Amino acid sequence: MTPIMLELLFRSLWETMLMTAASGLISLLAGLPLGLALVATSRGGIAENLWLNGVLGAIVNGFRSVPFIILLVALIPLTRLIVGTALGTWAAIVPLAIAATPYYARIAEVSLREVDRGLIDAVRAMGGNRWTIIREVLVPEALPGIVAGFTVTLVTLVGASAMAGAIGAGGLGDLAIRYGYQRFETTVMIAVVIVLIILVCGIQWLGDRLVAKLDHR
Amino acid sequence: MDSFVPASAITAPPDEAAEEIVRLTDVKRRFGATPALDGISLTVRKGEILGIIGRSGAGKSTLIRCLNGLEQVDSGDIHIEGRRITGLSEKELQPLRRRIGMIFQHFNLLSAKTVAENVALPLKIEGAGKTERLKRAGELLELVGLSDKARAYPSSLSGGQKQRVGIARALAARPALLLSDEATSALDPETTRSILALLKDINSKLGLTILLITHEMEVVRGIADRVAVIDAGRNVEEGQVWSVFADPQAAITQSLLSGSRPQLPEHIAARLSPKSGAAQILSIDMAGSAAQGALFADLSQALPQSFCLVHGGIDHIQDQPVARFFIAVPTRDAALPEKVQQFLKARGARVEVLGYDPDHA
Repeated sequence: MTPIMLELLFRSLWETMLMTAASGLISLLAGLPLGLALVATSRGGIAENLWLNGVLGAIVNGFRSVPFIILLVALIPLTRLIVGTALGTWAAIVPLAIAATPYYARIAEVSLREVDRGLIDAVRAMGGNRWTIIREVLVPEALPGIVAGFTVTLVTLVGASAMAGAIGAGGLGDLAIRYGYQRFETTVMIAVVIVLIILVCGIQWLGDRLVAKLDHR
Repeated sequence: MDSFVPASAITAPPDEAAEEIVRLTDVKRRFGATPALDGISLTVRKGEILGIIGRSGAGKSTLIRCLNGLEQVDSGDIHIEGRRITGLSEKELQPLRRRIGMIFQHFNLLSAKTVAENVALPLKIEGAGKTERLKRAGELLELVGLSDKARAYPSSLSGGQKQRVGIARALAARPALLLSDEATSALDPETTRSILALLKDINSKLGLTILLITHEMEVVRGIADRVAVIDAGRNVEEGQVWSVFADPQAAITQSLLSGSRPQLPEHIAARLSPKSGAAQILSIDMAGSAAQGALFADLSQALPQSFCLVHGGIDHIQDQPVARFFIAVPTRDAALPEKVQQFLKARGARVEVLGYDPDHA
């Protein structure tokens, strides 16, 4: 591989990491509260509100049922509004974050739902309010699952960011399509796949390490 | 109370002057069509240990959860320390719940927090500072004998240790009342005894009022002062533990007690005939001072060869002797059974004819 190709590879890696990290962070910050809201408003939850639960559930399902490539195009006006342009790495972060947020919300919801009801009762019996229950019980007890789910989301985002090449976002996927596939440069294709494997394994390894550290169950 | 218990035998009655910590008045709660609580009334006085016993599904769990408002009641009133808690909102209940500690069958310790953090959590909720919380957690862990486990996580503890942490946590906010929801049901007999001893110790050291629910008579017998028997959402029997053990009235109480009191051996019970036989089988129940004399020695002196001991023994509950015996009285002399019964009744025993044993020698 030429030095130019190598530089291109590193730039693409950086773009993928940027897209994954930024949209991942947004999906964590938005998806976790959304997951909490889904659990809290469900039947028997700490803030039962079946109407709100139904609305939130429908919104989440709606976004999740749209294929990402379509979401990418459909969200162009919104992207332009937020980032100022519909092209490039930063522009791709908007649809990636919007697709990943409901995805992560569902994963977080599953972990939060698995928290033993007895623990919530124990804290209610101590005189704790809803906020106490969220801060002292739901989030800390579900944390291993929340982190493991975030790892899954990040890996999914690495894959999804490849499609963002369609709006000129760059990244490893885009590099593989344009050079590896369209120009028949097999070396580039293999190099990209190896870098992606290392990236995904690295994310998974870090996630697993963190979960093991956090899990006291 | 039956007349067979002499007045002198009754231990100190519950102090009528003592402050009422809990008062339930005709509390009702139904889930769908089935009533879980169907008009329960009872009181618990300061410093007392009340055991509530019943089969599973009798409404015990609902009852204890109503006391701190984890469960709402449909009608009736609950007063805790003189304050009416029924009809209060979740927000209004929160400060009141801090006056009530609770321990659970499955301990309900937070797995993500260390033992000390678990114990200190009620204080954190109260808004106490970190130094104060740690100091108090240290004191409480010393009280329950787990000082060395402060930094451990609950998953590394045994069941008994987890319940000790649960107890320390329940005591952290210096409650006026401790609720125990089947706290020993998941523990082995030896650990159960040590947890009960700890609760009894806390009750006498701190004067803490304890209300415990259980399905095991041995738990009630081990530490309670008074017992209330709940069946199908109703309070069917209530009294001093030793007197309920000595003379259970309700069928459900007798059934719950069957494992804790001597019973006529089954092979004998199976061959009893109701009308006649070689020997009449009697059950004899005595409690308090009536159970203390040399009853059988006196009986055999007054009426030689009048009986044969079949089964039974003397138990001590709340320092009171509670005796239950089964004897066989030969019917060769037709007048003998009547004489024996009269002798026993004159000595303060409760006598019941169970039937006639055709095979008895």
